[in-house]
Amino acid sequence: MDVQKYIASGILELYIAGILSDKENLEIAKYAKEYPEIQKEIEAIEASILEVSKKASPGYNHSFASMMDRINHEAKVITINRKSSPALAYVGWAASILLAIGLFYMYQQNQDLKSDIQVVEKQNIDLEQQIADTDSSLEKTQYLLNILRDKNISVIPLDGQIVSPTSYAKAYWNKQEEKVFIDAKGLPEPPDGFVYQVWSLKLSPLTPTSMGLLEDFTTDENKVFALNNPNESEAFGITLEPAGGSDSPTLEQLYTLGVISAS
Amino acid sequence: MQLDLLVDQFKKKDPSAFEQLYNMYSENICGVINTIVKNDALAQEICQDVFIKIWNNCESYNSSKGRFFTWILNIARNAAIDEIRSKSYKNAKKNLSADYFVSILQNKEEEEEFTVDTKGLKKLVQNLKEKCVQIIELIYFRGYTQKDAAVELNIPIGTVKTRNRSCISQLRENMVSK
Repeated sequence: MDVQKYIASGILELYIAGILSDKENLEIAKYAKEYPEIQKEIEAIEASILEVSKKASPGYNHSFASMMDRINHEAKVITINRKSSPALAYVGWAASILLAIGLFYMYQQNQDLKSDIQVVEKQNIDLEQQIADTDSSLEKTQYLLNILRDKNISVIPLDGQIVSPTSYAKAYWNKQEEKVFIDAKGLPEPPDGFVYQVWSLKLSPLTPTSMGLLEDFTTDENKVFALNNPNESEAFGITLEPAGGSDSPTLEQLYTLGVISAS
Repeated sequence: MQLDLLVDQFKKKDPSAFEQLYNMYSENICGVINTIVKNDALAQEICQDVFIKIWNNCESYNSSKGRFFTWILNIARNAAIDEIRSKSYKNAKKNLSADYFVSILQNKEEEEEFTVDTKGLKKLVQNLKEKCVQIIELIYFRGYTQKDAAVELNIPIGTVKTRNRSCISQLRENMVSK
């Protein structure tokens, strides 16, 4: 065979392009083994096509590893339906059990955290309530303090009487505003069914006028009661009366009494 | 021989042999695809698909019927041609028959940044006649048979082989003189 002529025919170029028949391909592969020149020529032709295609390449930035990841991933998807090795199955089961345990653990943790949050929220609400209470108590106290500091206030101490010598009270009278504040801290708690009643007194002749009741005595925290007093009072007295109060004072139950000093 | 050993190992699904072949040919295969789709990103995408196909079909390569590169060249060519025949590619208004692979040069020069080695490609094909560019395109990157190429180029079928040979020879000279 004339090797040079064979090469010159241009068939080897088409061999590299892969456009020959199977018969021709087999023939050339056989010749390539027999004649080193043909093999060499084939490699040179291939190299030229490799060069052109390489120069036309946009570069290739996909790593081999990332492609193998894709291959393995796709292979796994396919093999699920086929027989899977028992070892893989065990690993799979173990993994899913671990996952289930993990999920359950996470769920528990989540529940615990939720209940912790609830407790803390409850505590927050309680604390806020306390702050609000303290605020309103402070407000009340300041309000009282302001009243007592008013320059128009006259202070009348009411001393304990025969029924209860240790009792005492104080009346703060603002004549202009016709208001009396009774500080009843020094009075004992009234028995059930009874209530303290405050009287404005004229002394000669002795004329009592009811100013009102010290309602809710036990529950009132600061025991300061505001009452209206449009009267020209000369003294104030506090008596213990049946619930609802009386029209005229029960003098046997006169707890405290104080005379207004002429000023 | 080194390459034959590698290919044998590859046919036995040896990933490290595959990796070596991949490193040897991935750029070329991308280039082949790029001559057809003329879109860098698309070429890279198809290129990976092609290598996955190569791996999955490794048993079907038969060394007595052709070179390993010829085998993967065919797979890449078919994948790229399938792509440009696909609806999505046509919708992107790509004109596939009009320009040859050297049009990558013109397209690239219009862009500021490019990844294709345009300088190298230019040098390689600078003195090739247009009929050479055409025949190389048809035979290697389009997979035309001698008969189809003869019809397309309007030349006698007996001329295809010899014209192609002289064009490849010119290419080889350009490589040497480089």
